[in-house]
Amino acid sequence: MQTTWAYISNYFVYSAMGVFALSFFAHAFETAWAVRAPEQSEATTGSVLAKTLDYTRTERAARIATAMMVLGFLLLLAGVIARGISAKHVPWGNMYEFSITGALAFTGAYLIALRKHDLRWLGLFVSISVLLTLGTAITLLYRNSAPLVPALKSTWLVIHVVAAIISGGVFLLANVIAASYLYLESMESKGGRKLWAKRLPDLETLDQLSYRLVAFVFPLWTFAVIAGAIWAESAWGRYWGWDPKETWAFITWVAYAAYLHARVTIGWRGKRAAWLCLFAGSTFLFNYVYVNVWGTGKHTYSGL
Amino acid sequence: MSTEPVLPELDATGLARFMWRQLTSMRTALILLIMLGVAAVPGSLIPQRTQNPMAVRQYFIDSPELARWIERFSGFAVYSSPWFSAIYILLFISLIGCVLPRTFEHFKAMRALPPLTPRNLSRMESFQEFKGTGQELTDAQSWFKKARFRVRVEGNNISAEKGYLRETGNLLFHLSLILILIGVSVGSLFGMRGEAIVSKGERFISVPTSYDTLSFGKLVHEDSLQPFIIEVIDFNAKYDALTNAPQDYTATVRVTNPGEKTSTIKLLKVNSPLTFGNTRVYLQANGYSPIVTVRDSTGQVALQGPVPFLPQDGNLRSIGSIKVPDADPQIGFVASFLPTFARDAKQGGISVFPEALDPKLLFSIWEGDLGLDTGAPQSVYRIDTSKMKRIGLSSLKPGETFSYPQGSITFETFVPWVNLQIVDDPGKSYALYGAIAAILGLLASLFGRRRRIWIRITSSGVVEVAGLAKNGAPGLDAEIENFVKYLRREI
Repeated sequence: MQTTWAYISNYFVYSAMGVFALSFFAHAFETAWAVRAPEQSEATTGSVLAKTLDYTRTERAARIATAMMVLGFLLLLAGVIARGISAKHVPWGNMYEFSITGALAFTGAYLIALRKHDLRWLGLFVSISVLLTLGTAITLLYRNSAPLVPALKSTWLVIHVVAAIISGGVFLLANVIAASYLYLESMESKGGRKLWAKRLPDLETLDQLSYRLVAFVFPLWTFAVIAGAIWAESAWGRYWGWDPKETWAFITWVAYAAYLHARVTIGWRGKRAAWLCLFAGSTFLFNYVYVNVWGTGKHTYSGL
Repeated sequence: MSTEPVLPELDATGLARFMWRQLTSMRTALILLIMLGVAAVPGSLIPQRTQNPMAVRQYFIDSPELARWIERFSGFAVYSSPWFSAIYILLFISLIGCVLPRTFEHFKAMRALPPLTPRNLSRMESFQEFKGTGQELTDAQSWFKKARFRVRVEGNNISAEKGYLRETGNLLFHLSLILILIGVSVGSLFGMRGEAIVSKGERFISVPTSYDTLSFGKLVHEDSLQPFIIEVIDFNAKYDALTNAPQDYTATVRVTNPGEKTSTIKLLKVNSPLTFGNTRVYLQANGYSPIVTVRDSTGQVALQGPVPFLPQDGNLRSIGSIKVPDADPQIGFVASFLPTFARDAKQGGISVFPEALDPKLLFSIWEGDLGLDTGAPQSVYRIDTSKMKRIGLSSLKPGETFSYPQGSITFETFVPWVNLQIVDDPGKSYALYGAIAAILGLLASLFGRRRRIWIRITSSGVVEVAGLAKNGAPGLDAEIENFVKYLRREI
């Protein structure tokens, strides 16, 4: 029974990967085919070669891309739930489970943000990074479904890890946006955006958006750290012990605190803020990879 | 002519004031904050004495020269090092210097009226004007009241302000960080932490001599230990048959509270410690204690009882030493206990499952000087065999006896042991309250929106409305739109 559910979960995850791949191609198609070469016209301005963008032609591809993203999200959700049923615990007992749940949170954060903002252009990055995450998870990190070790048997596993996963998903989304800001900024300073990038939001919007995401999720990250401390007090006999994972969670917290202060109080905007945001986000990623794969300490549940 | 710039003379108070202003400036605080983050990094890369003293010792053996340099910069105890402390102490002084004046200011501002309506409203954000009916000022008052604005009425002007919660939250957040720091300091100054290995069937009485390790905060006396008694009646470990991973540890203990005669039976698990006031007892680790009887050549019992062995891997291959100091010459056994014995081509005897399915005790027998009388601290799990001679080598299953010329050893049976961690942290509740207050403050400061709305009725009966959002808070336009609709009785 246990293994049946694990197999079902794997099929769902594989199907989700297929659908995310379709979404990726649809996004790529949308951008590439929207570029229209000029028809032979007696242009007077001399810009005969100026291409134009015509998104009406690719509107259908774009819709398909988003639909595939939603479908991929649902399939992955089913896969994560089936994994939980097979293991009889919340599906984040090892690094494989944490990665598929993290990919789910990242896709979810994107889809929710998509409802409010015109973020479809981000779909290309989102689908490829989710694909890479799932691919790494299923090839390198896969472990058989197993019961939890005693230290993880606690209600705090649900609370602490959910808060950490959601924060991580939103931090990474803010990172992608900050990176896009820096890329587009350098493109503009070198003489204007290339054609395909013309439809992307202006720099001001990107700058605001990555800030909003961080400000929105910073209290949740604070809560994740505090919930972890409360749990550590009941499992390990101290609420803070400078374990490598704790240390890096603290560093991430400090880095985002610095980012928020730099923006709100000193008034950093644009490039400097984007770099700081990227730096803070990379401390989060480093924590995830380093402590799970090479690290020592009490947070090594990756099963690697 | 001298080109040197003329600096104003700074006396001591001037200098102090200058330093204080520098320290409490936002830029300095931000630099200190980033420094704190960077300073925390090395402690996660270099092994730390408080978490992993064995790894530190190994570091000194592997690369002594580098280790000595790291030691010079307190690299093995980063989080209690002078430079790390300097950064966070400066940061907190800077924080206090920044937050306290702002708290007084905010307190005053909260009791003051909103500022006067500006003369020229058309220069402000989301300015609107329309022909009024004369009802607008009263309507505006009731709208402001319902929306809980702070209001200042002056003739035909109303100035309203809302969103003080933002600054309140901001200050609460920073003040509660100070509370967390106080909690941490109280814990380390007045706390206590100790560990003890207790075999199944043994009693642990909480007095200083029963502990294997015990450390007190700087301002606390050894007599403050709570003298409770814990007897380990039973210990059960469940393992997954496929992955060998542990699934559950449960210790059944009989607990006698300090000063009481009656005792109660309790279950001690990994995530549910026992509590005695501020002191808590945690189940931290477990292993096996072989019970052996060592006899001398005349058949007299020289040693009998459980000897805790130290687990080396997930399958609980455990090493230990059995020391018989009363024998003449002294006898020692360098031993390993394998709960489920198997033979590996390279490593020799190994354990393939953590439960004791096929237990075996492997040992070598040594004769000579155990070195216990030198006074130098020694591991209970190891024997310094430099002054000893090996006289035998064997392995036993439970119930078996091995005889050698100087005596015999019987491997009677084995019992599990548990490692109890006893912690007293009187500061942790402050840290918890501080943390909760910090989150509430953070939410208020990040989602609170401070804004002003003004309304004026000019002499010609035109209604002017405008607003101002602080820190670029969003949503003011929509709010004013709503306000105007209300005034025009459209909603």
